[in-house]
Amino acid sequence: MIRTTVLTMARRVSLVLGLPAVLFAVWWFATAGSTDFYVPPLSTILQKFGEVWTGERLLSDVLPSLLRLTAGYLLAVVIGVGLGLVVGMSRVARDVLEPVLELFRAIPPPVLVPVIMLFAGIGDTMKVLVIVSGCMWPVLLNTVEGVRAVDEVLSDTCRSYGITGTSRLRHLVLRSASPQIVTGMRQALSIGIILMVISEMFAASNGLGFTIVQFQRSFAIPEMWSGVLLLGLLGFLLSLLFRFAENRVMAWYQGLRRAQRNT
Amino acid sequence: MLDVRNLQKIYAGRNRSVEALRNLSFHIGAGELVCLVGPSGCGKTTLLKCMAGLLAPTSGEVRLDGRPVDGPPPGMAVVFQEYGRSLFAWMNVRDNVALPLRRKKLGKARERELVDHALEVVGLADAHQAYPWQLSGGMQQRVAIARAVAFEPKVLLMDEPFAAVDAQTRAELEDLIRRLWHELGVTVLFVTHDIDEAVYLGQRTIILSASPTVVLEDLTIDLPDERDQLHTRSSTRFAELRAHVYEQIQRAKHHNGDTDPPMADRSDELALQKSES
Amino acid sequence: MTGPGSTPVLTKTVGASGADKGPGAPGGGRARRALEGAATPLRGLAGLAGLVILLQVLPHSGLVSADYLPPASEMGRALWGLLAEDAFWTALGDTLTGWGLGLAIAVVAGVMAGIVIGSVPVLRAVTASTIEFLRPIPSVALIPVAVLLYGTDLRSKLLLVVYAAFWQVLVQVLAGMQDVDPVADDTARSYRMGSWGRVRYVMWPTALPYVMTGVRLAATVALVLAITAELVIGSPGLGNQIAVAQTSGAVPRVYALVLVTGVLGVAVNLVARAVERRALHWHQSIRREG
Repeated sequence: MIRTTVLTMARRVSLVLGLPAVLFAVWWFATAGSTDFYVPPLSTILQKFGEVWTGERLLSDVLPSLLRLTAGYLLAVVIGVGLGLVVGMSRVARDVLEPVLELFRAIPPPVLVPVIMLFAGIGDTMKVLVIVSGCMWPVLLNTVEGVRAVDEVLSDTCRSYGITGTSRLRHLVLRSASPQIVTGMRQALSIGIILMVISEMFAASNGLGFTIVQFQRSFAIPEMWSGVLLLGLLGFLLSLLFRFAENRVMAWYQGLRRAQRNT
Repeated sequence: MLDVRNLQKIYAGRNRSVEALRNLSFHIGAGELVCLVGPSGCGKTTLLKCMAGLLAPTSGEVRLDGRPVDGPPPGMAVVFQEYGRSLFAWMNVRDNVALPLRRKKLGKARERELVDHALEVVGLADAHQAYPWQLSGGMQQRVAIARAVAFEPKVLLMDEPFAAVDAQTRAELEDLIRRLWHELGVTVLFVTHDIDEAVYLGQRTIILSASPTVVLEDLTIDLPDERDQLHTRSSTRFAELRAHVYEQIQRAKHHNGDTDPPMADRSDELALQKSES
Repeated sequence: MTGPGSTPVLTKTVGASGADKGPGAPGGGRARRALEGAATPLRGLAGLAGLVILLQVLPHSGLVSADYLPPASEMGRALWGLLAEDAFWTALGDTLTGWGLGLAIAVVAGVMAGIVIGSVPVLRAVTASTIEFLRPIPSVALIPVAVLLYGTDLRSKLLLVVYAAFWQVLVQVLAGMQDVDPVADDTARSYRMGSWGRVRYVMWPTALPYVMTGVRLAATVALVLAITAELVIGSPGLGNQIAVAQTSGAVPRVYALVLVTGVLGVAVNLVARAVERRALHWHQSIRREG
């Protein structure tokens, strides 16, 4: 009994860590003693990683980037959900605004950087605005979609029990649109990371994107690679964090889908 | 108590309009249990939505205690057929039942008492923390019924509530409705397309025509008040009533507001009593 | 489906929004909807017209400086000017080349990798964690690497486009291969169909709708990354044109180009959607049965 659990545990761990370990080893040994200027040994990159990103830069570059991302992302979610509720609940508003919103959403978010620079210069405001204006659309449009799809029977049920106004909004509309809202938020998160980096690469005096481009321009190759690694790690961790939150908040929805699939 | 007067509902479209209800009038007294039966697609749901104040009729009116219904009235609860869609999937059973009570501001203790009692009487005393989708169809419909019970309505409207559950569960739920009706003294209007159910459950059965709908017959079910699945269903009287309703429904499939005058007086070999209320 | 909303960089599975609608809707619902449906396109046009008017009025009202937001008429003039320029069409061609080539590579690679990984359970189990790790890595992280390796060459653009689009396709193909109806698979086995036969006749048809969704998502992402590469790295294309216009202070031109990229995005989305619908059309019945 205990033996089998230990075995399955071991199996699972080896499945999860096996390939990454192999890939890591291949990278390590393939580049060990590399003399190619552009492809430094992994050991050097990791050593630089420790040096570059743990000290002062953590406060002066990583933190500002993350703060701007957080501010922009949260603002985008609040605006997106708010507007989405308004637009979604009115058929006329939906019909009128849908093509406009689709157009805005189809504009590749990074091209907003030069436009917003016109208004907001190159400071923090610009970067936060860029993130807001890129992340807002998927949240907004998915919210509209979710609000529109509120079940007719459930809506009738609420009416007949006198659940109206803010109570209806809170218990019915927001909750039943939440799967779509979360989908929108997930899309927005990956857009947000891209915009955080792009806006800093374009014009900035600090931040992750800025620093990495500086490394590249000054041919500090191992440092640059360590930055690429950090960005990758950041993307992975944020998506992990998002999934963790989603699993908690949306447990009911995942259960519901499982139940539906089994019937 | 509940009055339906000359109710008509026309769905207006751009090119054509559909007359779902032609001219419906009937009355349900306080504390009655009345079944409404008709052929498939005869506008039962439309009628129920008009009565629940969820849909405005084209002409005619519904009155509850003398007051016209122009929106969902306070003392009324509705149980829909689609139990899977009428419960909040993101709330557990308890919250589903408690939510409509919040607006009533009854106080925590009273609210708890009502919810506990409602779940107890429908046989879900152990399921407070479960989510609806963790329950079987029959249990989900019990939750919807518990929610209606806790709401303490004067009138309970049920729209084919058992159409989507299996036969055994259905029999249990039918007896549950009879019991609740007895215990709570609530007025119940039960819409169904199932003839057995229409005869077994109610004191009266209103038979509807095909669409555009009129009332074909208002039939008193003179079965004893004490009913159970085994004896009631095997009684001769039950068989007679059932056969009669069956014939009417068969007729109704080819008859509607265009072919029949409303409330036509029919010769009746069974000599059934009609209640013209 | 994942809301019409599945754009850039995102979503995992098809059918993400859940509850199946049961029978419902009273008899007259269809008639009512037809009535409302007639006004929809008109309202949409009114919305677009409203946007143009707003853009025209705002700069004149002084609320926003015309230096930053030129009136719609000036944007229109700039757009008209663009259309007469050879440079614009070359840039558009460059963008579309990068987009199309990158998308094609990503789709072929994603589908092949997906079929191989998806049809071998061991491979799927072993690669799962790696895919989950690599997928959320923002492809813009590769920008410095691309610049170092390829400069402003087309390959720079392709690196970013392919990396971003590949995961979209791969993840969808894997989801599709996993969605195979066990009964269909058992049937195939009982007829002694070989493993290649099962992949060809059972798994692939099941996965096809997912593949189409993946291609649609990848098409949008590929466009975003193609233009991003041009904007940031300076590879020739619309993105680069925007960067140049912005540094030279040609503000109306910036807006005109941004509008072009938006229209391009809408077009890509519409075409991808149409292709997807066609592919799904004959397929729907098969999925329903399954």
